[in-house]
Amino acid sequence: MNLLADPRWSEALGHLPDYLGNHVRVSVTALALGLVVSLPLAIIARHRPVMRGALLGLASIVQTVPGLALLALFYPLLLALAALSLSWFGFGFSAFGFLPAVLALALYSMLPVLRNTITGLQGVDAAVLEAAQGVGMTPRQSLFTVELPLALPVMMAGIRTAAVWVIGTATLSTPIGQTSLGNYIFAGLQTQNWVFVLFGCLSAAVLALAVDQLLALIENGFRNRSRLRATLGGVGIAALVAATLVPTMTRSQTNYVVGAKTFTEQYVLSALIAQRLKAAGLSASSREGLGSNVIFEALASGDIDVYVDYSGTLWANQFQRNDIKPRQDVLAELKTMLAKQNITLLGELGFENAYALVMPRKRAEQLGIRSITDLAPRAVGLSIAADYEFFSRPEWAGLKKSYGLSFRAQRQMQPDFMYAAAASGEVDVIAGYTSDGLIAKYDLVVLNDPRRAIPPYDAMVLLAPKRADDQALRKALQPLLGRIDISAMREANLRASGNDANSSPDAVARWLWEKIGTK
Amino acid sequence: MNSAQPLISYAHVAKTFDGGRGRERVVAVDDVSLDVAEGEFLAIVGGSGSGKTTLLRLANRLIEADSGSITIEGEDVGNADPILLRRRIGYVFQSGGLFPHLSVAGNIGITPKLLGTPPDEIAARVDELLDLVRLDRAPYRDRLPHELSGGQRQRVGVARALAAKPRIVLMDEPFGALDPLTRDALGDDFRELHRKLGLTTVMITHDMTEAILLADRVAVMRSGRLLAQGTPAELSGSKDAYVGELLRTPRRQAERLGALLPRDGAA
Repeated sequence: MNLLADPRWSEALGHLPDYLGNHVRVSVTALALGLVVSLPLAIIARHRPVMRGALLGLASIVQTVPGLALLALFYPLLLALAALSLSWFGFGFSAFGFLPAVLALALYSMLPVLRNTITGLQGVDAAVLEAAQGVGMTPRQSLFTVELPLALPVMMAGIRTAAVWVIGTATLSTPIGQTSLGNYIFAGLQTQNWVFVLFGCLSAAVLALAVDQLLALIENGFRNRSRLRATLGGVGIAALVAATLVPTMTRSQTNYVVGAKTFTEQYVLSALIAQRLKAAGLSASSREGLGSNVIFEALASGDIDVYVDYSGTLWANQFQRNDIKPRQDVLAELKTMLAKQNITLLGELGFENAYALVMPRKRAEQLGIRSITDLAPRAVGLSIAADYEFFSRPEWAGLKKSYGLSFRAQRQMQPDFMYAAAASGEVDVIAGYTSDGLIAKYDLVVLNDPRRAIPPYDAMVLLAPKRADDQALRKALQPLLGRIDISAMREANLRASGNDANSSPDAVARWLWEKIGTK
Repeated sequence: MNSAQPLISYAHVAKTFDGGRGRERVVAVDDVSLDVAEGEFLAIVGGSGSGKTTLLRLANRLIEADSGSITIEGEDVGNADPILLRRRIGYVFQSGGLFPHLSVAGNIGITPKLLGTPPDEIAARVDELLDLVRLDRAPYRDRLPHELSGGQRQRVGVARALAAKPRIVLMDEPFGALDPLTRDALGDDFRELHRKLGLTTVMITHDMTEAILLADRVAVMRSGRLLAQGTPAELSGSKDAYVGELLRTPRRQAERLGALLPRDGAA
């Protein structure tokens, strides 16, 4: 197959104005905020050793926090602040997407700017400072006409570093709801769409390089006191920012935002919902790759309008329940609990995506294991792998308690890789998802849960409070309810995990609609 | 102003520096009284650490005195705004002290600019000053300091000090880092400027020969104390051993040069 003829390239290109525009917007704002805070701090701190040490120390500590964690930390922090501001001042703000991303990235940009500004200012020749004083400059005149111009080349080097860091790290703002070039990477990783991953990496790298080179031109202009080069660089930056922002500025705002979590099924379902909304003449866009907790709060606060969640996840995570109830009772109680937050449970899609312990069929037959009860006595000699959240979820605690499970080793993996790991024998048991198409593909078997330690996980459509009475939305989504059975979803997921042109979430969603719409 | 009244007057001035953590306090200027008359060219001679630079900087409050009083044009500098004081006193720094990011014109015009002089007046003044310090206008006006020789840089430094038409010029070892020929030419040129513009000049140097050749009066400092002051002739009458030592060098040099160089030889 000709690599460049792959239609996913053009699909990726289609997203570029949106992703790139948002990426540039969040990066530029974060960098500007970082500069506005760092530059005065550095100027104040340059003659104060204690403050200087504290500032640089703090900025270094921030730098050691992984980018993803820093971004993730800002979300709950802002959520709490928004709640406070709502109760104290009567207005809230969105803790989702842009704001936490900008704050975290701005914090991230501070170290190089602080360090280079302080170093640059301290590097100004003492004789020159004396001369500034001697000719009758005030400290302020000395700072602005002598010290800052002389420190500028060193400061610009710091700003360049900060810009490259911010542009790179901004790709991680996707999970907290900020659209960025990271959308390609997160979506691509989840759906094994390497074209997207590559496209995302390349476009982020090209953007970072372009900005770095333009800033280098400005720096070079300052260093060699060439106004022409500095101006060229400045114009280049301005043109780049304008060119990337204009397409997203002029685009009409979409009315409905569809959320998706970080795994393949969610990408397919959000694409399906967006397609149905568009087919009904409503405008829709997607916010993909959101974390489990982020997405629910985003819905509750109206940052997204609709998404698909699972009854067991809400039961255990959002409402902190660990009692086991029959399926219908869980659904009924969830409906009431959600209604208290003004969230509408529109209905179930018709399949369950539960966690389940899964192992290769042959191995299970050899060992005579059919249920988790059979597994329990042998577990001490076996290893288990699961996604990043499973081992900290209440289901795992419930399973261990109900069956007395204890494995030899426990590993965390990217969900799409763990099925292959089980098939190849690298791990013995995995905590898979029942709707995953890979179970059939790798000839794995789902172990029974006779003690019902794992709660039911019905996929269901949730609507944001402000969409409670939106008849157009309800009507558009009605045809999906109860229509997607487990085999259809498994096949859709299997298709989406393929690595070819027909495996994009959009294409799979269209296939799924044809399958269920004509049934 | 009455020429009998000194233009610059130090009265029992003292300055001690806190040596920093764990180091001894340094007495830089120790009870110095010194008058400079209007139109006079005074050289202060001393070795490193003698306190001569500190004494100079006390005059325009780059350093604040601990005790004693300094009056300039009859006004106690302690009561003057230090910024305005510095703008009306020319100051020539060791090896120029030019701003590396400003052109020759930008450097020379800096004090008038700080004083709010209109740009066209500054430009005219810059050209006038370039003529005064004998640099060609067109080729030098827009050059940056690093494109100049040491002597040219110091000429720009002198022009900068004169830009706001001060009556007083303070010079901190202005010609110390220059080669002998350049130094000689610059010294003569400045002496001429001093006369033509009616300046009152205080120059710091460690070189007694230079002091004797340029100045009307010479003051000798050592360890913060003023040992002697007067015309070269008056100084040679001093009983102080150090002053005698300082004067012996130029005298010996002159004798040896006289013996070595035939009077009618090629210059």
